[in-house]
Amino acid sequence: MTEMVYGTVSVRDGEPVLPKWWRTVDKWSLSCILMLFGTGILLGLAASVPLAERNGLAPFHYVQRQAFFGGLAMVALFLTSMMTPLMVRRLAVVGFLAAFVALAFLPVLGTDFGKGATRWYSLGFASVQPSEFLKPMFCIAAAWLMAAGQELGGPPGRTYSFIMMVVIVMMLALQPDFGQASLILFGWGVMWFIGGAPMLLLIGLAGLVVMGGMVAYNSSQHFARRIDGFLSPEVDPTTQLGYATNAIQEGGFFGVGVGEGTVKWSLPDAHTDFIIAVAAEEYGLVLVLAIIALYTTIVVRSFIRLMRERDPFIRLAGTGLAAMFGVQAMINMGVAVRLLPAKGMTLPFVSYGGSSLIAGGIAVGMLLAFTRVRPQGEIGDILRARTR
Amino acid sequence: MIRTPLRPLARILDARQKGENPDAIERENLRIRHEQMRDKARMRAEGRLLVMAVMFFGAFCVVGARMGMLAASEPAEPRAVHTGASIIASRADITDRHGRILATNMSIHSLYAHPQQMIDPDRAATELAAIFPDLDAAKLAARFNDPKRKFLWVKKKISPEQMQAVHDIGEPGLLFGPREMRLYPNGALAAHVLGGSSFGKEGVHSAEVIGTAGVERYFEDLLRDPAREGAPLQLSLDLTVQAAAEEVLDAGMKLLNAKAAASVLMDVKTGEVISLVSLPDFDPNDRPRPLTEGEAADSPLFNHALQGLYELGSTFKIFTAAQAMELGLVNADTIIDTSGTFRVGGEIIGEFENHNYGKISVEQVIVKSSNRGTGRLALAIGSTRQQEFLKSLGFFDPVPLEMIEAKGGQPLLPKRWTDLSTATVSFGHGLSSSPLHLAAAYATLANDGRRVVPTLLKQTSPQDGPQVVSKSVAEAAQVMLRKVVTEGTASFGEVPGYYVGGKTGTSEKLKPRGGYYKDKNINTFASIFPAHDPKYVLIVTLDEAADMTGDRPRRTAGWTAVPVAAEMIGRIAPLLGLRPDYQLGQLEGVVKVSR
Repeated sequence: MTEMVYGTVSVRDGEPVLPKWWRTVDKWSLSCILMLFGTGILLGLAASVPLAERNGLAPFHYVQRQAFFGGLAMVALFLTSMMTPLMVRRLAVVGFLAAFVALAFLPVLGTDFGKGATRWYSLGFASVQPSEFLKPMFCIAAAWLMAAGQELGGPPGRTYSFIMMVVIVMMLALQPDFGQASLILFGWGVMWFIGGAPMLLLIGLAGLVVMGGMVAYNSSQHFARRIDGFLSPEVDPTTQLGYATNAIQEGGFFGVGVGEGTVKWSLPDAHTDFIIAVAAEEYGLVLVLAIIALYTTIVVRSFIRLMRERDPFIRLAGTGLAAMFGVQAMINMGVAVRLLPAKGMTLPFVSYGGSSLIAGGIAVGMLLAFTRVRPQGEIGDILRARTR
Repeated sequence: MIRTPLRPLARILDARQKGENPDAIERENLRIRHEQMRDKARMRAEGRLLVMAVMFFGAFCVVGARMGMLAASEPAEPRAVHTGASIIASRADITDRHGRILATNMSIHSLYAHPQQMIDPDRAATELAAIFPDLDAAKLAARFNDPKRKFLWVKKKISPEQMQAVHDIGEPGLLFGPREMRLYPNGALAAHVLGGSSFGKEGVHSAEVIGTAGVERYFEDLLRDPAREGAPLQLSLDLTVQAAAEEVLDAGMKLLNAKAAASVLMDVKTGEVISLVSLPDFDPNDRPRPLTEGEAADSPLFNHALQGLYELGSTFKIFTAAQAMELGLVNADTIIDTSGTFRVGGEIIGEFENHNYGKISVEQVIVKSSNRGTGRLALAIGSTRQQEFLKSLGFFDPVPLEMIEAKGGQPLLPKRWTDLSTATVSFGHGLSSSPLHLAAAYATLANDGRRVVPTLLKQTSPQDGPQVVSKSVAEAAQVMLRKVVTEGTASFGEVPGYYVGGKTGTSEKLKPRGGYYKDKNINTFASIFPAHDPKYVLIVTLDEAADMTGDRPRRTAGWTAVPVAAEMIGRIAPLLGLRPDYQLGQLEGVVKVSR
């Protein structure tokens, strides 16, 4: 009767948002990301001072900017990670379309900042690199298509996502931005692999790549020289790589001391592509190993958590995001230690860069949203195990 | 594959009977199939995700390990990259037989630039152009301002004064690299023997000096052999003798309007080449470029003594006489009929200026230089034996001298060795060889018939070659050569106290398209001295020489090559340590008295 008069007591369906988020989110990965961000600020204090000095700004100008953008990125990360996978997917697909259009109009409206590659939109106070945002959004969209393709009677999602990937890779390669292009390619490849690529086809592709490489090495002198130069232990000390190698050696195990490093003064990209060299020189191997451990934790934990995931879309999207994140970090550090040929790529959350930071925040936020604990409907499995 | 139907007929019929909707069965089956497929995909993805996790973990470990290895290694002082094998910069000196320097090294600097280290590239370019007038300031500035260039050579060799001037520009992007350059302190002296050198692989810290010709090239590996620890290469040349020979030959060449000249002085016992001259010559410090067109022989780089192949004319007659005596066909006093028409293979062989010497001894055949006489001897010897004999004297192969050009001196032999060839070769026509070949063959006669091979390396003992002719024949030949000077065609060759013996040779030059020039001669004088105990052989060859002092040009060797050779012997014999001996008098018969 009371209810008829006063209406029903409004009862929340489910528990409140924040406690639920805190209960289900991967707290280890979250801490790792925060620590990485902190490390970025710490290294920025050392690495961005020469740049500020060159540009006639206050010494910690770039640190302040990094902190500001970092704050924005954290907000984006928390908000995204609180969303449901469905919400993430909807927003991301819309974001993907927006980023794709932005990328398509780059040749007309973009600027190259005198670096020879048109990758940015200048907004006056900051610049935006659409490809940074496109990467995670592409992951979601491709995963959606692939997952839909696995449904009975679904669209040929795998083919659609492949075409999408090829178009984007071509557009990036035309900028040219081979680093981002290879990341997109790799991310798609990982999702394809997890989404059930036939083993035979994979082996065949691997064989083809090896064969092609050997043919190119034997027939093209230019290609062979590049490879030989990369393999040779000698490194030209006047190149960025030479400085980076020297910085890592100078740093040793415990570094030359905070603010005592010299490599940041000679490397133009000390605050972005070669920030790991600054870290190695000033703080030594200890900090570098710690950074590597943080990345490893995030990536491996995400993979392990996704193994339990029953929803194909969440599984694929999460895998793509984690793989891209991990590979970007790996390529950046691999270049500094000459495991990989030189390629301009930022270290996620550590390198300076507004759009890369915010895009990274969104990407990892989505990853966290996907790796949250949720009911998996595995009761069927449990019952089956009982009856057996 | 067994296909399970989505609408199994039995169940459908059953459901129809019960009045249930059969579509429910299909939906149920579809759901189960979907469930199974997802389970399968999930299991596969689970395994693959684990693989990915392990791979990422491993890759991060590799990066970490690599970081650790780098951190543990010692930082190296930044230095420029060495490309390829390291450069062996040291090169041994070359000396003459008495240890006097013929080629040595000098420490100099090279000048190179690192444009990215430059503060004011335009000023640097202007200042450099002021120091080095051959540099163009605008071009240099363009290269300095090219952002792609990280390195460029400015000058390969600079002197200490220039280095100081460049240093005073004060540009940190201009750098000096030490290097050694090859220096020939005697200039053009023995230029053809030494050859020359240039830079091979060039680095910032050193540059490789490599030989381009002559002994520098021939002894490339030896000169750069670290095991020799820089011990100099000692040649058989004598610097003072070489200088005197070049001076006399040069003067003779100019006086007689010759196009080119060559001389070879050889020790008959050891085979050492004491001096080897070819004119015109060049300065190996600034070696001219090889000709790209025209005759190679017109280049000063051409070594006439070694590469020049000439029909050496009557100088060959002594070989015919020696072989005839060796075979026992004749002795020095055997009378040969040189009169009458001498026809071989359809060709008539005549004498110089159509003389007729009548019936004369073999010795007189040589002294008077009778073509018919030697031709008859050669026909008596026969073609096969003549070829064998000339081969044993070395006329069929290049002289194995230690110079890279020696291989080019392959004698030109008659294509078919007919009787006519036999007759003409006996007086030095139809067979082209170098003056060095002739020197080796005369040395064999002078060395009492034992084969001598010329060498450019200093020797300590006489060569122990095979006996080509017997000692008595060799001595008879030496007497004949002496008589050519005392009473024959080489009367200008007498040098008081040194008892020169020798044989003249005048041959008309071959036209390139066949036939002979009437007024272009090769004049050769092959001499031995002292004739009673031969120690040295001297060959002097003049190309297109003519004595214009008389009322008509005299183009025979007796008027051209012989006086030059006599002058040369007079100059160099004292330098060689030979004492003049006036006791024996001028008698032609005394050749063997001293023995």
